[in-house]
Amino acid sequence: MARRHVSTRVNGEPVEFLCEPHQTLLDVLRDELQLTGTKEGCGTGDCGACSVMLDGRLICSCLALAAEVEGAEVRTVEGIASGNELHPLQRHFLEEAALQCGICTPGFLVAAKALLDGNPDPTEREVRFALAGNLCRCTGYDKIIRAVLDSAAELRGEA
Amino acid sequence: MATAEVDQQKKFKWIGTRPVRPDGLDKVRGRANYGADHALPGMIWGKVLRSPHAHARIVSIDTSKAEAMEGVHAVITAADLPEILSEESKIGEGPTNFRDLSHNVIAREKALYHGHAVAAVAATTSAIAQQALEAIQVEYEVLPHVLEGDDAQAPDAPILHDDLFTKGVEPRPTRPSNVASRTEMGRGDAEAGLAKADHVITRSFRTKAVHQGYIEPHAVVATLGEDGRATVWASSQGHFMIRAYCAKLLGMDQSQIKVIPAEIGGGFGGKTTVYLEPLAIALSGKAGRPVKMVMSREEVFRATGPASATRIELRMGCTKDGKLTGAHARLEYEAGAFPGSPVGAAVMTLFAPYDIDGCLAEGYDIVVNKCKVAAYRAPGAPMAAYAVETVVDELAEKCGIDPIEFRLQNASREGTQSAFGPKFKRIGNIETLEAAKAHPHYSAPLGPNQGRGVASGFWFNGGMQSSATVQVADDGTICVVSGNPDIGGSRASLAMMAAEEFGIDVKLVDPQIADTSVVGFSDLTGGSRVTFATGMAVVDACRDVIRQLRERAASIWGIEVDAVKWSDGAARATNGDAGLEPLSLRDIALKAARTGGPISGRASLTARGVGMAFAVHICDVEVDPETGKVDVVRYTTVQDAGRAIHPSYVEGQMQGGAAQGIGWALNEEYIYDADGKMENPGFLDYRMPVASDLPMIDTVIVEVPNPTHPYGVRGVGEVPIVPPIPAVVNAVHAATGVRITELPLSPPRVLAAMDARRN
Ligand code: FES
Ligand code: FES
Repeated sequence: MARRHVSTRVNGEPVEFLCEPHQTLLDVLRDELQLTGTKEGCGTGDCGACSVMLDGRLICSCLALAAEVEGAEVRTVEGIASGNELHPLQRHFLEEAALQCGICTPGFLVAAKALLDGNPDPTEREVRFALAGNLCRCTGYDKIIRAVLDSAAELRGEA
Repeated sequence: MATAEVDQQKKFKWIGTRPVRPDGLDKVRGRANYGADHALPGMIWGKVLRSPHAHARIVSIDTSKAEAMEGVHAVITAADLPEILSEESKIGEGPTNFRDLSHNVIAREKALYHGHAVAAVAATTSAIAQQALEAIQVEYEVLPHVLEGDDAQAPDAPILHDDLFTKGVEPRPTRPSNVASRTEMGRGDAEAGLAKADHVITRSFRTKAVHQGYIEPHAVVATLGEDGRATVWASSQGHFMIRAYCAKLLGMDQSQIKVIPAEIGGGFGGKTTVYLEPLAIALSGKAGRPVKMVMSREEVFRATGPASATRIELRMGCTKDGKLTGAHARLEYEAGAFPGSPVGAAVMTLFAPYDIDGCLAEGYDIVVNKCKVAAYRAPGAPMAAYAVETVVDELAEKCGIDPIEFRLQNASREGTQSAFGPKFKRIGNIETLEAAKAHPHYSAPLGPNQGRGVASGFWFNGGMQSSATVQVADDGTICVVSGNPDIGGSRASLAMMAAEEFGIDVKLVDPQIADTSVVGFSDLTGGSRVTFATGMAVVDACRDVIRQLRERAASIWGIEVDAVKWSDGAARATNGDAGLEPLSLRDIALKAARTGGPISGRASLTARGVGMAFAVHICDVEVDPETGKVDVVRYTTVQDAGRAIHPSYVEGQMQGGAAQGIGWALNEEYIYDADGKMENPGFLDYRMPVASDLPMIDTVIVEVPNPTHPYGVRGVGEVPIVPPIPAVVNAVHAATGVRITELPLSPPRVLAAMDARRN
């Protein structure tokens, strides 16, 4: 099988890689680019652990083919902070103990950022529905939802 | 045993505060390394071939085509692993037999469930490994199978193991059976107690297998060199467990295997055993390359740890004024393909919250052609609580007594003779019930189609063995090294206890989890034991260091060590010697080289004096009368933590356990087709609660300190999954009038029950 050459941008940096036509974006991120912050919980689009932004759109990277990201802009959990400054979501997740085992955390951070980018003032219900594609088995979601709402308030300048 | 003296009244500087966990930063930045994140140069990929039959004799396996494929480096079957003799293991959580464990890791003569491993390959890419699996030819002789515990006990049932004779019955059976054992436990005369009752409720309950549902699939990287030494990177609830099991299953010495713990992406009991690890080592040995294996979610469902499906028959009775007089239970727990369900624990826990003169529980451990069960958070207890707590609710209703009041009237307390043996020591059963009764939730008004349920829960918690070392760097900072994977904030709690001991800022304490070659043996992260037992080891090791710090100060000052005390991060002379300025940890550390060398302490112990845990949950549901759909609209958990070291992570355990229990009550179940193939092996069809299914989960931490722990800790991780099922089911009854005795409470089941009642 001929490997495809793909040029793309990941977390703001130009990146080139070779991939098999059947390889998912998730596999390439993790196995070729060593960006293992994006996790695989199911491989079938049902858990959200593999959430990334593709051209500003939230996707499950386990459902996208790597070859599809030619010329695109990919953002992963590794690209959420600005340099060494944590994104408010990351800070609130830490301060409010919104992670236990932490395997779901990258996916939640990416999905929550996608939500807040589009809706800076979500209700609790909106947050719950926006994050319904992300499974967490440890926390019961309570502290995650609170951390997202508090991050939103801070981003709006209310905190 | 910890030498720790108990000072429960002291005001604490760190205990009970909420610092950011030390491992948190890497986890929010995507840098933390979980099981599947490790890679090595030259690494190849392993995959497992699994049985397509629920019960079949393996006539032959032809691996030659797979071996001949380009890119395939190794193929193994059971023939590549040593035959293991029957021997009980004491290492894992719950009963395990090494031969069964070996046969579960890879089938030998028979495949015993759909998804049972029969061969494994390692190849340059996972795609090639997958193709190689398809090239392996297995000839099966398909045998009749049995999927349900009831059917497995029928006289003509297919027998899974020819050498399995029911234990615990007299006379010893002469024919093999699928009933692996019978156990019983009780107190007084159950039948006499029931005869005294004014009200007796008799009910029969059924629950399905459910999965722990950790988001991280099992994953491992292993190397085995020509010198016979192996290194394993894996996420699990215990790297010492992996070392011991792999050594046993592969015929190696434990000193030949080093296991490096990865971060663990959830376990809940399901990662207290091995599946891939021995195969990865064996493949690596054959291939001469590092081998990585990662399960797919489908494999996780088909071939790893669900909790038992159960059938429970229960009779309980009380007097008119609500005094429980007698109880009898028969519990049948499916173990899956090999003996070892948690029915023994279920038998012990089920009546624990109550002081009943006559009670008896009989437990049966039953093998069926399904995946071998694994521990799941308070193993065995949630299903037993489902039975007892819903019948208690019904008895309270019959007596016209408030359900919390009824529980208070019958509650076990300090000094009560438990049905499972010891008299209860200091426990928080009453305190949690009182706190639930006083909570505003309990008296809040309900809307239309809503109902409120309560339930109690009990769990023993674990002690077991732990080790820790504490090292002082020459700048006066501290490294705390222990051997338990951090599954939900234990680094934070261990660091906080160390900071409290030394009287220094928690930021100066670096808690590390070390591999099997660095730190002393530690049992599993399980049984809610890490903050309790490993915490005791850390405290002992800190006190060992503090003793040395006092000695160093005494020698610097030229006074007796008894005249030096340690407080607030410094050695202080107690006799008021003028001019003896306190020596801080840093001062002493700086002089260590000249006063006797590096300062470090260690402790290894078997933790005794476990603090048993009680919890009470309050649940409000709204039931759609048209569809039978149940929504949890308000939920409150009350739990005795002994003392909460880091309250946020205690609350997290309470909330997470509640959410899992709600999923168990409402949605989750293994569904099998007639051939024994699981029909819903994915998160789409095996539906765990998502954020939009749940409300906020309120928490009330009750603190009845455990007198034997230096900070009063009880375990907190398991008991929160015990009350949710009956709390939900009791709430559904309050909302609809129907009592449902089979899980899950899916809309069709609830609707059918409501329709039956309406007609
Ligand atoms: S791994 Fe992509 S959704 Fe689960
Ligand atoms: S924190 Fe473990 S799955 Fe979310």
